[in-house]
Amino acid sequence: MTNHWVDFKNSDVHLVIGANPAENHPCGWKWAHVARDERGAKIIHVDPRFTRTSAIADIYAPIRAGTDVAFFGGLINYIISNERYHKEYVQLHTNASFLVDEGFTFDDGVFSGYDASNRSYDVATWDYQREEQPTAAPPTPGTTPITRAGFAKRDLTLEDPRTVFQLMKRHYSRYTPGMVSSITGMPVDKFLQVADTFSATGVPDKVGSIVYAVGLTHHTSGVQIIRALGMVQLLLGNMGRPGGGVNAERGHANIQGNTDNAISWEILPGYLAIPRPPMATIDDYLARVATTQLTPESVNFFGANYRNFLVSFLKTWFGDASTPENDWGYSWIPKPAGNASWLTIHDNARRGTLKGLFASGMSGVNIGPDSKRMIASLGNLEWLVAMDPLQTATATFWKAPGVAPEEIDTEVFFLPTTHWIEKDGSFVNSGRWMQWKYKALDAPGEVKDDNWIIGQLRLRLRKLYEGEGGPVPEPILNLTWSYTNAENPSLDEIAQEINGRDLSSGQLLDTFARLRADGTTSAGNWIYTGSYTQQEGNLARRRGVTDPTGLGYYHNWGWSWPLNRRILYNRASADAAGAPWDSRRPGIVWNGSRWVGDVPDFAATSSPSEGRGSFIMTGEGVGRLFAPGGLLMDGPFPEHYEQAESPIANLLSGTDKHPTAYLYEGALETFAPSGSSEFPYVATTYRVTEHEHYVTQYVPYLVEAMPDFFVELDPELARRKGIANGGRVRVVSMRGEVEGVAIVTRRMRPLRLGGNRVIHQVGIPVHWHYQAGSDTGASDRPSNLANLLTPYIGDANVRTPEFKGFLVNVFNVTPA
Amino acid sequence: MDRREFLEGSAAVGAAGGLATFGFDLAPAYAQVRALKISRATEVRSVCPYCAVGCSMIAYVTGHESFNTQSVLVHIEGDPDSPINGGSLCPKGASTMQLAVNERRDLAPLYRPAGARDWQRISWDDALDRLARLMKSTRDKTFVAQDENGRTVNRNEGIAFVGGATYTNEEGYLAAKFFRSLGTVYIEQQARV
Repeated sequence: MTNHWVDFKNSDVHLVIGANPAENHPCGWKWAHVARDERGAKIIHVDPRFTRTSAIADIYAPIRAGTDVAFFGGLINYIISNERYHKEYVQLHTNASFLVDEGFTFDDGVFSGYDASNRSYDVATWDYQREEQPTAAPPTPGTTPITRAGFAKRDLTLEDPRTVFQLMKRHYSRYTPGMVSSITGMPVDKFLQVADTFSATGVPDKVGSIVYAVGLTHHTSGVQIIRALGMVQLLLGNMGRPGGGVNAERGHANIQGNTDNAISWEILPGYLAIPRPPMATIDDYLARVATTQLTPESVNFFGANYRNFLVSFLKTWFGDASTPENDWGYSWIPKPAGNASWLTIHDNARRGTLKGLFASGMSGVNIGPDSKRMIASLGNLEWLVAMDPLQTATATFWKAPGVAPEEIDTEVFFLPTTHWIEKDGSFVNSGRWMQWKYKALDAPGEVKDDNWIIGQLRLRLRKLYEGEGGPVPEPILNLTWSYTNAENPSLDEIAQEINGRDLSSGQLLDTFARLRADGTTSAGNWIYTGSYTQQEGNLARRRGVTDPTGLGYYHNWGWSWPLNRRILYNRASADAAGAPWDSRRPGIVWNGSRWVGDVPDFAATSSPSEGRGSFIMTGEGVGRLFAPGGLLMDGPFPEHYEQAESPIANLLSGTDKHPTAYLYEGALETFAPSGSSEFPYVATTYRVTEHEHYVTQYVPYLVEAMPDFFVELDPELARRKGIANGGRVRVVSMRGEVEGVAIVTRRMRPLRLGGNRVIHQVGIPVHWHYQAGSDTGASDRPSNLANLLTPYIGDANVRTPEFKGFLVNVFNVTPA
Repeated sequence: MDRREFLEGSAAVGAAGGLATFGFDLAPAYAQVRALKISRATEVRSVCPYCAVGCSMIAYVTGHESFNTQSVLVHIEGDPDSPINGGSLCPKGASTMQLAVNERRDLAPLYRPAGARDWQRISWDDALDRLARLMKSTRDKTFVAQDENGRTVNRNEGIAFVGGATYTNEEGYLAAKFFRSLGTVYIEQQARV
């Protein structure tokens, strides 16, 4: 989230889409109720299913799963054509005025540079027009910096046809309310009601928040969907402001913190890019990954400090072995050949190039997609390690229904590990608040901490490499491990390592501004520098409950990255002069000598008259309505395509499916064709309030509260297929089938698409599986695992699997 | 006045009111009811392990950190001091005690050799020795120091690590550090799924 849970109370409108917070994040979502009750805020819910979130919403708008780009494109068109955008904000805080390269085009669903033979783009034309000669003309009133060659050209009137604003306007003019309705199934009047209500926040004294979850990301266009809602928030002037923002509700206790700390193939801690093979040296790396300054006002803080952060990181991992002579040990950071994400990992297992897999608190058999394919992939591994407090379906995949254990040669280890309550350490919530928790219980039996297992494996591997040698042992042997107990490193010591030190004095640092590229500082993760300081110790432990502004910042409760900032991009909460857009809800305010309020996302004493760009992390110095080349691989503007499986062909262009989504070997053959009569219904997966993914099948209270797998259908579909409420229904996709109790409910409703085509949607919760020993899943009931149905394809940029919006058929299997 | 002082104050008023209204003192009875549940327990501050709202919770533990005692969890409830959840918990958070103390946990490592139909017990030492050997042989077999274009890449193509969404920051950081030091490029957690 750019904002945080308590901040929900500051909104005038919440647009909730692809999420069901009333059921899945109830204790955070209650702050939206506070906004409704105390300031009359409106709540809009857009979702394929009518849920408890819809029940408390002012407007519920149904949507066909997987058509969110069409919805947001329509919203952008509505905002622009009805002049609902916040003009001053758009001019000041976005790249609307930037001129785009003449070579950039868009035609029939495809941007310039497309190469159909390898389904990819040459992004050269997705760029700004650049200054060729330096110019002394001040680009904005009140500022005098000199533009230099390579900077972006701008037209602050936004009237040049090559401005981002005009190109965006033209691009989304096709997304008319009628077109949006034909694609999404959302009735036109409902769409207009949503658009009118949310775009009413495009004025200085109103602010709206967009709240989403994996209902938006689990698509082949997932990244572009999120970009589209970011564009809406920039147009309406809702970014950086209390009550505004782009707010992702995350589904695991520390999924945020462990993304920050780079349990993710494409990043190093603190969102530093993972080096790729062409980047032989740190210089090569920085030339390709660090943003460059594109305007005279741009602070370009991230790009300018990238080297400081990277060298301090390398110094942390390799200590004395990290020297200027060896480029700080940069070559020891492994460089992947290509994508190395979830789908690729399991595909490599299937192809036999991946031999061993550690699954710690994560179960691919359940998660899918295409669980049958996942099981086959695991069976091709040489060895598998499951680390978990409780056995998972992945730990026991060799006992899955239909699998003959004697044919599976995989060696499998189950290593029992401690629960959260058996150890200390910090969790970081969706709002980036880092909160320390304390160990309450000793581990039972021979159960061990994950850190103990890592510590033991490291000791053994070190010994093996010291004794026997092997290829490039340096990163193993030089890895710093200066923990008091090397066999089970203490979490407190690691928290200090993550924060970083001045290496000459040994003192903990209190800001990443002090990190240097000369080997004199360390920081395991620069965005956490300042979380554990010499003066105040571990700030994640703080429990101060004062809130002097009344805006819910709670700066003395825990700590939030970066630098205890509670709202990201908060410079944009103020106008050019540093006055808040809305004085009742100031983010930061210029008081004549410094910025006050939240921790400023800006240099604290940089006066508004200096005119520095408000978005200090971008080269542009402003928010991006147009994403120039290389940031995304499938287009500078989000464009609607139909999903891998869809009931209709694309109504908006001749490019039916996503043109660059990666196709794994053998997957295409398992997708139903567009408009399939064999699989005519759209299915989507979801979660219920009583369960969390798969682990709660072991919790008796929760199993009692929500005991069995079920499938939600609308009454018209049920009638047509002869399925009664409470009967049994079988759901079949190209990849598998599941069977469960039919819940026939008007919460599901047929949608009318273009050409009077009526489609039905089917809702399938994910929590059940066949794990022997759990309370609900005896092994004789194999088919309650939702991901047996889902397709093996991912987002074009980051390969998030498409769990939402695939094709199925349904059959009545109620015993006579 | 903070929340705790307020509660203590109202408890005192309640006890006095009881004496005046009923003619006898209910305070010892109230006290006895409370004593049955969490008296002698230590309050330990925790955070819910499920979703990422970050609800604070209080775990009540007896025997905690005391000499020669077994720590026993007697109760978990929402922490009223939290500015986020203010003491509330959802059905999952409210039942975390059954996740923490669960008879279905396996209390020792298990091993399933190639082709076997069932688990067998294995000692930690044997499991870790075997695993370290497998990791080394896999790494040595699949390590790519230079790619086909002669570029230094130092990657291990044979091992993947997935998981960790309920790791603390510190555990996640350490796991990523250790696995990357082996040249592992296949590192992933739940963020994408």
